[in-house]
Amino acid sequence: MQRWPVVLFLAWVCFLFFAGIGLFMSGFLLTRIELASSSSCSDPLVPPPWEGQSLPPGSCWAPQRFSKAVLVIIDALRFEFARFDPGKASPLPYENKLGVLHHLATSQPRHARLYRFRADPPTATMQRIKGLTTGSLPTFIDVGSNFASYAIQEDNLLAQLVQNGRRVVFMGDDTWEGLFPKKFFRSYFFPSFNVKDLHTVDDGILQHLYPTVDSGEWDMLIAHFLGVDHCGHKHGPDHPEMAKKLTQMNEMLRSLVDHLGNDTLLLVAGDHGMTETGDHGGDSEKEVNAALFVYSRTPLFGSGPPEEPETIPQVNLVPTVALLLGVPIPYSNIGEVMAELFSGDGDTVSAALQQLSVYHINAKQVDRFLHSYSLVAQDLPAEQLQHLQELFSSTVEEHTQLLAEVQGTTLVPPELESRLGSLIGRFQLYLREARAVCTQSWARFHPLRMVGGCILVAASCLLCYIASELATSSNSFYRSCLLYPLLWGLMGAALLGLAHIFTQEGLDLLLVSSWAAAASQIGFFWHWWVQHPKRARLVGSQPPLASSGLRQRLRAWLGLAFPMGILFFRCGAMFSDSFVVAEARVAPFLLASLVMLLVGKLHWDGHLTVPESPKQQLLGFSSYRKDIWYLLCLVAVLLVCVRLSGFFHQCREEIPQCRPSLFLSPLASLRNTRAKNLFYLLCVALLAGLVYAVRSWLRHYGNLNSSDPLVLFVRWGFPLVVLCIACYWAVASSTDDSLGKLQELVQVAVVAFPWAVYGLASVGLLLLLCNPMTVFAKDTRESAGSIVTPYLGVPSSEVDFLHVIPQIYKRMQESQKSRLERGSCRATVAAYGLGSVYSAALVIALTLLGFLLMLLHSERLSFAFLLLFLEAFVLLHIHTCARGLAGDAEPFSVPWYAVISWLLAASQFFYSTGHQPIFPAIHWNAAFVGFHLDHSTNLLPAVLVGANTFASHILFAGSWLPPAPALALCV
Amino acid sequence: MKEAEIRRLLAANLLCALSIVLTAVVPSFFLEGFTVLGTHLTWLCVCSVCVGTLNVILHLVLKPSQSPKRSSFAQKISRFLKCCVYFFMSCILFHAIIVLYGAPLIESVTETFLFAVLLSTFTTLQCLCILGPNIQAWIRVFSKNGAMSVWESSLQITTVCSILGAWFGAFPIPLDWDRPWQVWPISCSLGATFGYMAGLIIAPLWIHWNRKQLTYKSR
Repeated sequence: MQRWPVVLFLAWVCFLFFAGIGLFMSGFLLTRIELASSSSCSDPLVPPPWEGQSLPPGSCWAPQRFSKAVLVIIDALRFEFARFDPGKASPLPYENKLGVLHHLATSQPRHARLYRFRADPPTATMQRIKGLTTGSLPTFIDVGSNFASYAIQEDNLLAQLVQNGRRVVFMGDDTWEGLFPKKFFRSYFFPSFNVKDLHTVDDGILQHLYPTVDSGEWDMLIAHFLGVDHCGHKHGPDHPEMAKKLTQMNEMLRSLVDHLGNDTLLLVAGDHGMTETGDHGGDSEKEVNAALFVYSRTPLFGSGPPEEPETIPQVNLVPTVALLLGVPIPYSNIGEVMAELFSGDGDTVSAALQQLSVYHINAKQVDRFLHSYSLVAQDLPAEQLQHLQELFSSTVEEHTQLLAEVQGTTLVPPELESRLGSLIGRFQLYLREARAVCTQSWARFHPLRMVGGCILVAASCLLCYIASELATSSNSFYRSCLLYPLLWGLMGAALLGLAHIFTQEGLDLLLVSSWAAAASQIGFFWHWWVQHPKRARLVGSQPPLASSGLRQRLRAWLGLAFPMGILFFRCGAMFSDSFVVAEARVAPFLLASLVMLLVGKLHWDGHLTVPESPKQQLLGFSSYRKDIWYLLCLVAVLLVCVRLSGFFHQCREEIPQCRPSLFLSPLASLRNTRAKNLFYLLCVALLAGLVYAVRSWLRHYGNLNSSDPLVLFVRWGFPLVVLCIACYWAVASSTDDSLGKLQELVQVAVVAFPWAVYGLASVGLLLLLCNPMTVFAKDTRESAGSIVTPYLGVPSSEVDFLHVIPQIYKRMQESQKSRLERGSCRATVAAYGLGSVYSAALVIALTLLGFLLMLLHSERLSFAFLLLFLEAFVLLHIHTCARGLAGDAEPFSVPWYAVISWLLAASQFFYSTGHQPIFPAIHWNAAFVGFHLDHSTNLLPAVLVGANTFASHILFAGSWLPPAPALALCV
Repeated sequence: MKEAEIRRLLAANLLCALSIVLTAVVPSFFLEGFTVLGTHLTWLCVCSVCVGTLNVILHLVLKPSQSPKRSSFAQKISRFLKCCVYFFMSCILFHAIIVLYGAPLIESVTETFLFAVLLSTFTTLQCLCILGPNIQAWIRVFSKNGAMSVWESSLQITTVCSILGAWFGAFPIPLDWDRPWQVWPISCSLGATFGYMAGLIIAPLWIHWNRKQLTYKSR
């Protein structure tokens, strides 16, 4: 078979799949349209609230109440962390640690207040920063760009502050650098990506915080602490490290309050919460419940705090801060002002009037946004917009009326207060409804593109199936299946391109490529259909009986129907969200069913029983063959593997009662030292056992006899790799401060050991690529040496004497033999390890890959990898055994059930290595194996995290076809 | 001969199906608050016992497997004990397989075991009734062209149908419909029961339909 057409064909098939997936994604992951407009001070949005009263200088839209503000963002500050309950006898590590907030709130109830701060999902830090500054909702696609941090294009709080001449100083998380380039008056950025590093960011901020505050060269100071979040990722909330971290935050806040002036507003906010395992990103209750604390030295609130802290949405912070600082509200904000902060010192009526005026500004801004948004996009339903519009205009009208009445009279009538209250209620209603409408309609899809993508992918699958059937039967396969479709596709793309040129429209690359893919597919199917009758005629030159042909074809279809039916179940399950959620259990179930079905079918066809002798036939008895027990044992081992691998599951937030497996957390999070040591020893023993098993397997099949570099690597490199991994685990699982002075050494070791593993593994893979043969050939033709042994000096011991005679005898015998053989012109070449010539290379490659991937996972997941290798091995053996029993002769044709069981096993182990297809379940830690500080590019962490996520697919896909027949040969 | 046999089979199968329907209805007159879904474990017990007894009685009355020689009392006792052991072992085996297929290991052991008993009743008990404790005969019946009588064909169909029913019964469990029957093991046991009933009804019809093709080897 030629090489290039195969590669080209595979590339073409890949292109088809990518085009289909891309089309689907473009319909599924929609972005909200971002408006480019921004608010400005001179907007004729709001008339001065009272006639004859003008805004003080330096204020826009509303009078400025504070000239300065400090925003302290403590990443992942869950509400429970900030709450202080003095009655609690034995608080958890994260409880009752922020005592300063409680102290301020109780001693100065009109100055300080704690809120529940509800974040909108997705609860990833970048989305939350966007929400906290633009006052808008993030969309799905943003999650994917979390680590590329594109600059915010929309109008936002920082842009407004800068536009109005305020100095914004930032310190902390360097995500902000990408989001707000060149916005800061002064900034101190620290790397945020390494979640294992608890202290760099926080210590850096603390170093600069107080000098900056005291210098007074700022109007808005933002400090973003990351330690709490990283501690959650590394150790989880319920860990002594978290207590230390929160205590540090408490101290920081205590001294920060002392440094503040009278005209400064202090806001302490968490951008999101965290789950019990310290992760975030989803929409579960614990992730969205953050804390917000407001404090100022001048009285803020008209009354004391409510019993239970109020819950406010996160976007509400934006209009509140904007108006308090006297800058315009960002254009796309949909948040609602926190009116109680605007009540001031006066009596209730003037407080209510002041609140009404900020509500009015807020409502006008939201109405303007809704209006201009509905002009560019049709997302928002028209009747709801109409309803909102009516509500808005009636409320505003009543407001003006009321203001006129208040202006007219000097004495406030008593019924006015209730009217004021109801008006505030109506403004609130309007703002909340507007927000609800936006939230609902910003999660919408393009059904046409999604369906198109699905059809493309399905057609590609069908194409692959047909191609796999054709490849064996047809000679002109590549001309019909590759050349013509490619031409068709190119033609389609060219036509589309021309059409675009004529119509002067923008060229959408995705659309063009998907049309090209569709055209080439049509070309393929067309050529296949045209050739089909020809082949049928060729085959059916002697037409068999129609009925038997039908029956045979039916039987062939039925044989396919079982594995294909299970495949269809799996594909169909993708269209039901319940099954998508439960896929971690669906894949093993279907795998077990497929294997049981295989055994049942073998039995039904009578392959498992010995051929009946006439006597037995008479009695109607059958008995099993001997090797059936071997097959049954294999099936049992497989089922046990499948079941055990379920213990390494990760949870989705859709299933609240699910508890993630304990094995997923790294050893560093274990507090019990004995358990930690025990697990560590077990993991290392397991690695050693794996190496031992691989080496003894290779030795058994004679692949370790030669002295090739590869074989030497297997002998000595494998144990070295294991040693490095074991050392890395030991260093990584120790707690930070337990090592004391060795800290620097540990820093080096944490980087050095993974690099040693990377290096050794790549050396091994290179060797394998250069010379994958581990066959040792022993040529007997050259062994004919002289009969006389060379003189090696006086024999020194009795042993040498004893050896001389047999050696001479042996040589004589050999020379005689070779002389005889030379007579008949025959010489033997003995080859060791020829039977496993394919599989040995693959086993070596897979072991190396397995080591690499185990290094990227947390320590205890190596058990899951052991199960993976065992299950793959057992599956191959079942396949071989079944083929042997069924009496299939061709070792190089693979039946469909084997392919599908392999696929199911791959997706089963995707889940059993602690993964889920959701963002919070991605193991970001993998990006820092071997890298202590931040990455300079995004490519390397992407590769590492990708390898970690698709570990099971890499291992299973890498080991498919060749070993199956190879194992079949050796067993 | 064959027609009469098929008619007897149909009658016996209809009786079995009827008994299952009755187990869902009748106990509610005697037991306070009995429903199939609410008190599922009770129903599982009742159904297993009823179907089991009925099968044994039918076997004694109809004698589908004409044993060639009369056996002594001691042999009968040993056969009976063997049957009991086989039944118990099949319950354990079914339990293990169900757990390996993903049923909870520690929680709801009773439910899983009773489900295993129900499956054994639908499959193993029938085999024991018709074929006796004779593994080799079982192996023969469950392979292609292995059935030697109408009863054995029916056995094939009902067994496969019950197991398929139980398998399909697992499918609604992950769905988010929040129905009471989506709880483990209700959907599976209901699936097995419906499968068994479908098998009972299909078997005589199928045999009747294919009576030309089904030429049983005469012994």
